[in-house]
Formats: sequence, structure tokens, C-alpha cells
Amino acid sequence: MKTLIFLLEKEFRQILRNRQTLGVLIIAPVIQLLLLPLAANYTVKNISIAVVDHDHSTFSRRLIPKITSSGYFTLTGYTNSYRQALTLVEEDKADLAFQIPANFERDLIRENSAKVYMAIDAIDGTKASLGGAYLNSILSDFNADIRVNQAPASTAADAPHIDIISSDWYNPFLNYNLYIVPAILVTLVTALAAMQSAFNIVQEKESGTIEQINVSPIKKYIFILGKLIPFMVLGILVFSLGLLVGWLVYGIVPAGNLLVLYSSLVVYLFAMLGLGLLIATYSATQMQAMSLSFFFINIFNLMSGVFTSVDSMPAWAQTLVETFPPSHFIKIMRMVVLKGSGFGDIAYHLAAMTVVGTLLNTWAVLNYKKTSS
Amino acid sequence: MPSPEMPPEKEINMKQLIVFIKKEFLQVFRDKQTLLMLFGLPIAQIVLFGFALSNEVKGSKIVITDYSKDAVTTRIIGKITASQYFTVEQSLQNADQLQAAFRKGTIKMAVVFPANFAEDLARTGKASVEIIADASDPNEGTTVANYMTQIINDYNLELDSIAGQPLQIVPDILNLYNPQLSGPPNFVPGVMALVLMLVCTMMTSVAIVKEKELGTMEILLVSPFKTLYIIIAKLTPNLLISIVNFFIIILLSSVFLDLQVKGSLLLLTFCSILFILTSLSIGLLLSIYSSTQQGAMMGALMGMMLPTMLLTGFLFPIDNMPLALQWLANIVPSRWYFIIVKNVMLKGLGFASIWKETLILLGMCVILFGISLQKFKIRLQ
Repeated sequence: MKTLIFLLEKEFRQILRNRQTLGVLIIAPVIQLLLLPLAANYTVKNISIAVVDHDHSTFSRRLIPKITSSGYFTLTGYTNSYRQALTLVEEDKADLAFQIPANFERDLIRENSAKVYMAIDAIDGTKASLGGAYLNSILSDFNADIRVNQAPASTAADAPHIDIISSDWYNPFLNYNLYIVPAILVTLVTALAAMQSAFNIVQEKESGTIEQINVSPIKKYIFILGKLIPFMVLGILVFSLGLLVGWLVYGIVPAGNLLVLYSSLVVYLFAMLGLGLLIATYSATQMQAMSLSFFFINIFNLMSGVFTSVDSMPAWAQTLVETFPPSHFIKIMRMVVLKGSGFGDIAYHLAAMTVVGTLLNTWAVLNYKKTSS
Repeated sequence: MPSPEMPPEKEINMKQLIVFIKKEFLQVFRDKQTLLMLFGLPIAQIVLFGFALSNEVKGSKIVITDYSKDAVTTRIIGKITASQYFTVEQSLQNADQLQAAFRKGTIKMAVVFPANFAEDLARTGKASVEIIADASDPNEGTTVANYMTQIINDYNLELDSIAGQPLQIVPDILNLYNPQLSGPPNFVPGVMALVLMLVCTMMTSVAIVKEKELGTMEILLVSPFKTLYIIIAKLTPNLLISIVNFFIIILLSSVFLDLQVKGSLLLLTFCSILFILTSLSIGLLLSIYSSTQQGAMMGALMGMMLPTMLLTGFLFPIDNMPLALQWLANIVPSRWYFIIVKNVMLKGLGFASIWKETLILLGMCVILFGISLQKFKIRLQ
């Protein structure tokens, strides 16, 4: 016990002594929490649209302002040919080309049906499908309008119609910050916990000081505890700082219990520190530790559902994500912060993190050999 | 006075540089484990992300509560079940169960058909269906609600045509470049930019700071080698590794993800080398300001990773961001590289479409390298 306290004192001194690292650890998360949620806004608006009007009729002249005034679209080009509009799409100046063919009004009135054409830049799948959906609903509104005006004999009321009443639960104002801030906080804690602990141990390997500890009578588990506890404390500090920023800047107050949050945090840090330790046991140099850490953090950040939905991944990937502690902790954060979920609701995620954490730590301890460097 | 047999100074310099580069290569290629990681891990990421990631929302779990159970609701439910956007879970009957399912996060949306749905529709010509979305993720919530609205509107259109409504406008939609709206076309260029940039930056900064940490840098600095040569020699192996990585990524994405380079491979390679050089210069700059490898890595991982991820533009459209962030995004090299890869690889466009982005990358590269060279000299004294 006494040895552990001495070790802890040494570790804390070493961490606190290095101003650069400390600055990065404290300032980087705060700045990122201030900036990044602003970037992660997915509400699709400002879809730029290039319009080709071959009809020049009353209808087409009424339809175009309807599209541009909807708030979703901005008109970037009004071209003479479809080819020119497509060039605008190619050059990334427009997301969508919309063509009203010649004789649109005549066909609509004489034959009761007319086509319009849209070509969407579908590289970004969501923007494409949402843009298409918005334009479609504007078209059907317009369609209903002209029906009432042109053919009062058979008004829209004649056909049966299903209305949709929709409500948004848990976040009625669709405030994206509520959703993204907790997740970004998790990614920041992840980078800190798993990676910093790995680097720290590998640094001792590289500079040879680990051998001095290895020949000392310090027990293996005490050495490991001495390495892990400081980062556990740092992780909790950064997390608290992040919650504070979330409250002061974004007005986010967790709807659930803080005890639930912090208990989950400790379990999460336990798992991630285990991963850091495991990386350390497999790395001989900091370059290797860096490659491995970057590999894992990048995968965690992109696949744990921070920015993209896990549900839309293929089944094998979803199974893989089940083993990621960050994915579970992000779910817990969102559930507790937004929905006020309690221990009962998050039990599964908590259990999953505990199992993965125990496995990682056991593996790391078994793999850590005190005798060889 | 130098004797006439002595080779001119230029030649000595060249020789020095070659010897130096040789040394760096030996050092890098000696360490097989590290090398394996430097090649293997970035490639594994691209393949993994290419297969797994998608911005799309599909297969969302929803619950349908049908109090009416008539022909109309059965037809609409059939349409919902058939769509790839939704996975319909077993129906829950009361509000408490619904609330519990939302809290547990097992469902994203609930659709409620009130009793006497078909009857109302037939008699009064109107019926309402209720959609409740879990908006804790506003993106997913609104997207899912939009898809559901579309399905019900389609059904409305069917009702219209049965009723013989006049004046139908029929939209004809064409999805360019990515007809299936799949993930890889958007994510591969983005992840390529992200991974190449961060790996290059970290690799370079760590390699240089390591020499500082071990004290061997001082030996180099007091040697008669020119600073420029030290830098060039340090960067060459990393440049080579990254170029090989780039080619493997291109090869893998064409074999596994069915994403071939539509435009000129030569042009893409040229731009990629430019981008890699820019990233190496960032690493160089970072190494000058870091005294320990740990500091350099934390700077790169904590400071650069998330901003690069978000401001490259492959996760969130940059046009939607606040103006200040749009300016900030302009100084992120991967943002420009992402556009280049999209245009050349996916759209098959030529240099005319990317000259601006290429010029920006070139400018960044020159400026960053210039600053690094300047600062490196100061350290000499």
C-alpha cells in the first residue's frame, strides 16, 4: 500500500511537470467542445439547386419561387440547358439539377400528367435522399395548389387523404447540441484514457526506466495500479470539466442522475485503461503505440455511433461494435443526459463494458512480463 | 585552395544527402514490427470503414401500434415492412410499454393507427396516423420521420389516382455518381484524406522528436549536414511509405469496394503526393514545438483528430456550418484533398476542375515547409 502511494506520487509529479502535455490534456478538450458541436450539424438545408426551365409557362414560373422560398434550397444557377445544369453539379456548385421540360403546362392540362426531372449529386447519400424528399413534397404541395385553381370541379377534398401527426420526443426543438456534446465528450475522454496510459508506459520502456522498476521489489499489480489510477483521476477531471462546459455553454443539464453517469464513467475508464495497458504490452516503441492507438481511436470515433448511425451498418459490423466500450458509454451518456434513464435502463450496456473491461485488463496483465523489457 | 581533383561542392552535398537518406531508410526498415503497423493499420481502417460506414439511415427499429387492424392499415403496414428503411419490431400495445422501449433506446420511432382508421377514411375522407420519433438524435429522428412521411404520401398518391385526380406532376429522379446511395463513395475519399493526413503528421513528428528525446538530434545538428538535408532525409522514408499506402488503398477500394478511379490515376497520384508532403510538413512543424514524443502525439491525437474528422466535410456538409467554422475548415488541408479525390476518383473529372484546390494545397505545403525550415534553423543555435 505504501509503495503504491509513493508510485502514485511519482506518476502525478511526472504528469504535472510536463506543461505541454498538461496543456494539451486540459485545453484541447475545452476548445473542441466549444467548436465542434457547431460543425456537427446535420440538418440538411442550403441544398444548392440549378434550375432549367424549358417551358417558361405560368406554372413553371410559379413553381420555381416555391422551391427557392422553401428554406431548404438556394438557387445557384438558372441555366439554358440541362447539360449546363449538370456541369454545375459536376463542379460542385450545385447539389441538384432540376428541369422543367418544354410543354410542361400544356401536357399537364391536356393529358393530365407531366414529368419534371431532377438529377441529384448522390455521393453524399443522405443529402441526396433528403433533398429529393424535400423537393418531392414541395412538388406535391404545388400539385395540390394548381388542382384547386385549375380543376375546381374535382377538388382535393374528394379523394380520401391520410394526415400525419408527428411528434418529436426527448428533444422537441431538435437541438443537435444535446445529442452531439455528450458524444464528443466521450471521444475526448477516450483519447485521453486509453492512449495517454499506453504512451506513458511505453515511454518508460523506451527510455529504459522500466527496467529499474522491474528489478525493484515492486509487485506487478502495484506498478500497473500506479500507472492506471492517475489516468483514471485525469479522466474523471476532464469529464467533469466537459460537463461543466456543456452546462455553461450549451445549457445541457443531464436529465438523469449524476451518480449513474459517474459510475458508468468509472467502469468505462476501467475498460479503456485496460486497452491502453494492452497496447503498451504489445508496443516496443512509442511509434508503435501511436500506430495502434490511432487505429483504435479512429475506429471508435467513426464506428461507435458518434456521428453516423450504428443501425445502418451491416450486421457483422454491428456485432463488432457491440464489443466497443465507447459505443456503450456513448449510448449511456445519451440515455442518461437526454432521457433521464436510470441504472435499470442501462444495465445491459454497463454489463457489456464490465465484461469487455475485465477481459482487456486480464489479457494485459497476463501479457505484461516483468522480466523482459 | 581546393585542389583541382576535389569534386565540386554540389556533388559532395548530393553524396551527403544520399548517405543520410540511406541511414534513415535503414533505421525505418530495420524495425519490422513498426513497419508492419505503419502499413497494415491504415489499410485495415479504410477497408473496415468502406464496408461498415454509411451516412444513411436504414433498418431503423420501429414499432407499429395498430388499433384498427383493417384492410387499409394492413396495406400501409405492408408497405412500411417492405421498405429497407425500417425493421418493424413486435407491436406494443400500451403507452407505458412504448415509453419504456424509447427509454431503453430499443426503438427509434412509433407509428400509431387509431381505431376505425379505414372507416374514417371512407366516410369522412380523412384519417390521421400518429408518428412519434425519438428526436434525441435529431438527424436520425427527422430522417426517419421523413421516410415514413414519404411512404404515407405515396399511399395518398395511390388514393388520388384511384379517385381519378387530374393534373398529376410526376417527378423523375436520377441519382448521379452513386445510384444506390451507398456509403463507400462518400466515405472512402474522406477516410483516405483523414488517415493519410494524420498518419503522415504523427509519423514525422514522432520520428523527429524521438531523436530529440534520445539526444541524437544534437549530434546531427553539430554535424556539418545542412538543415535542409536533415529534413529531407527524415521525410523521404515517410513519403515513400505513404505513397505505397496510397496505392494499396486505391487497389483495395477497386477490388473490394468496387470503387475504381474514374479519372486520371496520374493526376490523382500527383495530388496525393502533394497532400502527403503537406501533411509531412505539419508533422515537421509539430515536432519543432514538442519536446517529448508523448507531447507530439497528444498534440496530434487530441488536437487534430476530431477537427480533421469534422472539418474535412465527409461527415457533415461544410456549407451548413457557421461562417467562422467554414473559414477554419479552409485551413484544413484534408478538406481540399477530399474535393480532389471526389472529383477525380468518383466523378472522373480532369485538372480543370481541381486546379484551385491543387494550388491551395501547393501554397499550404510551401508555407508550412518554409516555416519549419526557418524554425529548425533557430534551434541550431
